[in-house]
Amino acid sequence: MALMQIAEPGMSTDPHRHRLAIGIDLGTTNSLVATVRNGIAVVINDEQGRALLPSVVRYRPEEEPHVGYAAQRAQSEDPYNTIVSVKRLMGRGLHDLADAGSLPYAFVDAPGMVQLKTACGIKSPVEVSAEILKRLRERAEHALGGEMVGAVITVPAYFDDAQRQATKDAAKLAGLNVLRLLNEPTAAAVAYGLDNAAEGIYAVYDLGGGTFDISILRLSQGIFEVLATNGDAALGGDDFDHRIYCWILEQSSLAPLSAHDTRLLLTKAREAKETLTEYPEVRITAVLSTGEMVDLLLTAQVFDALTASLVGKTLGPTRKALRDAGLTADQVKGVVMVGGATRMPQIQRTVAQFFKQEPLNNLDPDKVVALGAAIQANVLAGNRVADDWLLLDVIPLSLGIETMGGLVERIVPRNSTLPTARAQDFTTFKDGQTAMSFHVVQGERELVADCRSLAKFELRGIPPMAAGAARIRVTLQVDADGLLSVSAREQSTGVEASVAVKPSYGLTDDDITRMLKDSYVHAKEDVHARALREAQVEGKRLVEATQAALAEDGEALLSAAERADIARGLSALAAALEGSDLTALKRAVETLNGLTVEFASRRMDASVRKALAGHRIEDVEC
Amino acid sequence: MAITLTEGAATHVKKFLAKRGKGAGLRFGVRTSGCSGLAYKLEFVDLPGEDDLRFESHGVTVFVDPKSLEYIDGTELDFVREGLNEGFKFNNPRVKDQCGCGESFNV
Repeated sequence: MALMQIAEPGMSTDPHRHRLAIGIDLGTTNSLVATVRNGIAVVINDEQGRALLPSVVRYRPEEEPHVGYAAQRAQSEDPYNTIVSVKRLMGRGLHDLADAGSLPYAFVDAPGMVQLKTACGIKSPVEVSAEILKRLRERAEHALGGEMVGAVITVPAYFDDAQRQATKDAAKLAGLNVLRLLNEPTAAAVAYGLDNAAEGIYAVYDLGGGTFDISILRLSQGIFEVLATNGDAALGGDDFDHRIYCWILEQSSLAPLSAHDTRLLLTKAREAKETLTEYPEVRITAVLSTGEMVDLLLTAQVFDALTASLVGKTLGPTRKALRDAGLTADQVKGVVMVGGATRMPQIQRTVAQFFKQEPLNNLDPDKVVALGAAIQANVLAGNRVADDWLLLDVIPLSLGIETMGGLVERIVPRNSTLPTARAQDFTTFKDGQTAMSFHVVQGERELVADCRSLAKFELRGIPPMAAGAARIRVTLQVDADGLLSVSAREQSTGVEASVAVKPSYGLTDDDITRMLKDSYVHAKEDVHARALREAQVEGKRLVEATQAALAEDGEALLSAAERADIARGLSALAAALEGSDLTALKRAVETLNGLTVEFASRRMDASVRKALAGHRIEDVEC
Repeated sequence: MAITLTEGAATHVKKFLAKRGKGAGLRFGVRTSGCSGLAYKLEFVDLPGEDDLRFESHGVTVFVDPKSLEYIDGTELDFVREGLNEGFKFNNPRVKDQCGCGESFNV
């Protein structure tokens, strides 16, 4: 019979309808898959009992590619076809890769994303990642004995839109249903927050194979809130390997190396780094294809000195993240260590010194992200009572719509928790207006010009109506992945237009901080600017309405003197519209309004007479 | 008759309860659903029901509602590993026939 797992109270599933879900940590160096079984998150091992799957794919002509350890072993023999650290290439063009020259691959520059020439033809990083994900999916299906609902896949907090989309595409290609992409540090907090249930401010220090992320999170009453993130998208354990590799070259004064020898020495460097975590020194030996011998002794002290600048590079973003969160290091209650590279003693020491406390590492730093992802996947698949805990991600900056005069109407305020949906009604500015264009912006400033433009779209087919009569409902919706969709719907006819944008990923954290700061600094000017723009819009509307009325009824209803008065008022207002004196503008608007009161009432009488002419009184009675 | 756990199953249940951090024991029962009439139910227990019958086995309390007991009395719960998969298996002496996977059954 099938093997059963223990469910949460009242959460039993029907036979054959188990909601199996997995969490995947798709790492630069290693990947893992985890699931929740009998209420506990566990990493799923392979047949040999190994938790990690090296994120290495080796393409072989006319054969299934090797993934994992088999591919990793072939790194030095077949460097061109053995793709390592593919995560660094995800969603990247050739011009984005500063170090393309030092990688042993045959790159093909393709629009959008770089591609790789392999023994199996040209492969994109998405396809390479899909091979890794496919292997993890098979492992999970094998272990869970059934169909999966879906997966939560983690990405670095720094991944931009293109990189996130590439990750989703890779999952789709691997036959996985993505329940959600989750930021890696948030996943780590989920794993720790649940197991330890401690409230307070936490820092997540994540030094993986290829990326460094620092996140400041607040855990309170079972709720996670991300206060700030920072990091370095090109700093990781690989760089420590590279330092050792350069040291080997320097010490042995070797001639330029073949791709094969480069790979061999990088592998040796990584092994040396791992050995130094437990031993004070390591012997590095290798025989190169040229017959040259490498035989060196690397001590922990030398390794510390070689990598001191790399360790130091993690502290800059850490300080910045704390500053963004408005906190100091001593307010941090605990530091969560994530990523295999945090096992290095010099990292542990530096972090302990910086935060003046021993970092938390009672969960395996290689597994903690996958475990958190599995816990999240389990909740999303519906295996837990929903109000047990929530995972909150927030919108870093407000989202709004441009209105007349280049002003921003904020619809979704910053720090709204995801997912969210907000709607607001807008109307037309001119009589008979049949189209409206929408400009979606992000930022805290009052004027569109000071905010970031996200998207523009048009709504056509609005029935002709008097200005202000149409009701157009604009809805901004942000889903849990941060994907924003905006729709505009004319309420009487139901005509609709919409656009999808991804707001937060295009902005770096520095941008966000700067935009926020600007909004505080310029708060006063912004209030004035808004008032002026509003008066200008009102003034222009009045000028247009008066001119239209004059053209229609001016001759018939006004004397020459009256027409001259109104013309004077018009030109005074036009002049005031040119300047930026708010009081003068308001006065001009009032003056013209006063001058046209009589004209307006005569026009009203005339139109009533026109409407009634030829009708008997009974016809108009209602 | 009674509901029993093998020693291995009890060890695992105790471990799961400890990691979960709360729970009075294990609920074992049946529900009417599934492809062959009845389906097993296996859950953690936070609040025992008033009418629940309790069985102690190797230090684990198993809660069973009286209606369910008719279908499962005498069952032994075992924890087994099959390849990469692991989980609970039931040796129920009352089962007459069951669906291919054994998740639902008839008595």
